[in-house]
Amino acid sequence: MVDIGIKGVSFSYGDSPVLHHIDLAVGKGEMVALLGPNGSGKTTLIKLLSGVLRPREGEIHLDGSSLSGLKRRQIAQRVAVVPQQFHMPFAFTLREVVLLGRTPFLSAFSDEGERDRQIVDRVTELMGIEKLKGRFFNELSGGERQKGILALALAQQPKLLLLDEPTAHLDISHQVEIMELVKGLNKEQGITVIGAMHDLNIASLYFERLVMLKEGRIFSDGTPAMVLTEQTIKEVFSASVQVIEHPSVKTPHIVITPDRS
Amino acid sequence: MLSRLMRNRRTVLIIGCLFAVLAGCLLLAAAFGAVSIPPLEILKMTLNKLSFTHFVSTWQPSDETILFQIRFPRTIAVLLVGGALASAGVLFQGLLRNPMADPYIIGTSAGAAFGATLALMLPIGLYFHGFGLVPLAAFLGALGAVFLVYNLARVGGKTPVISMLLAGFAVSAMLAAAMSFLITMSDRLQMRLHSVFSFLMGGIWANDWSQIAMVAPIIVGGILAARFLAYRLNAFSLGEEGAAYLGINVERDKLTIFALGSLLTGAAVSLSGLVGFVGLVVPHAVRLVLGPDHRLLLPVAALSGASFLLLADLLARTLLAPREIPVGIITALIGAPFFIYLLRRTRREYAF
Repeated sequence: MVDIGIKGVSFSYGDSPVLHHIDLAVGKGEMVALLGPNGSGKTTLIKLLSGVLRPREGEIHLDGSSLSGLKRRQIAQRVAVVPQQFHMPFAFTLREVVLLGRTPFLSAFSDEGERDRQIVDRVTELMGIEKLKGRFFNELSGGERQKGILALALAQQPKLLLLDEPTAHLDISHQVEIMELVKGLNKEQGITVIGAMHDLNIASLYFERLVMLKEGRIFSDGTPAMVLTEQTIKEVFSASVQVIEHPSVKTPHIVITPDRS
Repeated sequence: MLSRLMRNRRTVLIIGCLFAVLAGCLLLAAAFGAVSIPPLEILKMTLNKLSFTHFVSTWQPSDETILFQIRFPRTIAVLLVGGALASAGVLFQGLLRNPMADPYIIGTSAGAAFGATLALMLPIGLYFHGFGLVPLAAFLGALGAVFLVYNLARVGGKTPVISMLLAGFAVSAMLAAAMSFLITMSDRLQMRLHSVFSFLMGGIWANDWSQIAMVAPIIVGGILAARFLAYRLNAFSLGEEGAAYLGINVERDKLTIFALGSLLTGAAVSLSGLVGFVGLVVPHAVRLVLGPDHRLLLPVAALSGASFLLLADLLARTLLAPREIPVGIITALIGAPFFIYLLRRTRREYAF
């Protein structure tokens, strides 16, 4: 549903450069993982794509229109972000939190309407959390909260879904659950997904295309089999690993080898 | 459709009830004091004054003077201050995502007090063409203090509660010291010492309609304007980054909300001096009962704050009658233990 073009994008926080002349094109309905060690620039790239940060150089196009020409609100009507976690200081219910996803469509003079509430009902059902709607968001488990945040992002009815390490704080069953949900959205609704991923094996299992970043530059870009090689991981992460084939789905699987020399 | 109607009906019902409660508190506050005036007579006098009715006078002419020249200016000022402080509390708490942000605690009030003290020191009258320099200076002081506290408290793009409380405390202490210095050094302030002290303790000042007429539009307008920021405040509860993801223009809206909160605080302080804890206690109590949705919280807190302060002021005037306790002392006696309770209860959550 969306074409993303990143052309010659550079970014720096103050004097420290983070991204150098990134060129990347993502087609409609693709599911792309950004990989790389801490500080490689993957989260920064997500923030640039969300329009929260603006590139110092270069341009990002979304469906042919430049992101820099769009207002924050217009971007939020097209692009949604799922961060690691939200801290919620007040006792909002899950329903109220998901409804926040309709913010880009509200104005100061009109509150949410029937249509917005229908969307909330639909996305909570899609995430399998419709029974929790009346519960306080803060009292939900980590996995339930993350599904709530995913529902919030979906309530924006985005064409592009950005993930910023969405499974970082979750235990293994919820990691799988969240990624299955995201994969389903990508396959069934054709939502383009770009995710900064911490876990290489999760990325290998759920993404068709991996983009490996090293020190703010694209190091390699391709299928999991192309990107996740022992050589690449050694060069990017300075870590010695073995890459084996996943026993059932045949994707590359990274095995950490303890240093027993 | 039905659920929406029901929702709106609930909102209308709640707001309606609170208006009724406020009217009751206003009547009660107007009735009692050094001289008691029966509520029924107050109603008759008021309706006559508004030329709606022509009830035959059954009251002393002096009662009418007391009511319209003393009681009503005072109670209307109290009502405005209560509404303004509770609204400012909601704005600061929503923006800083911290239920303990109160104009008093985060230094806004101290800034306003410092501004007002400076204005009192100047070699011109307290009132300057009806509208004193004092309210203006209080407003600028409030704005200055909140930006100072906010920037001091900001660590790595976040505003943690502990650093905000510390920054608020530090700035308040600094401003209090500066104020004491000014009071010691300035002969003019020495002469106005009583004004200064009743200002600091929240002795409600306003006793003439002209000042109220000046400040009322600011406060009423500010409270109405705040309601239009409600959905943005809801988005801010996800944090600045989360709000930005939802299309909020974070820097612009932050500035708007801060300025509006400071405007309301400054306007309130110019009427009453420093009255603490209204902005803390009232929004928190409302959140406990009705939840944190700012679209309901803002109007409800404003109305409840007005009623709360009317009752507190009634206590202040009648407890030790004929002596009068500054209302700031009453609200602090209720609010400070409440604040400590809040701090202890949320200690784990905020990792003190």
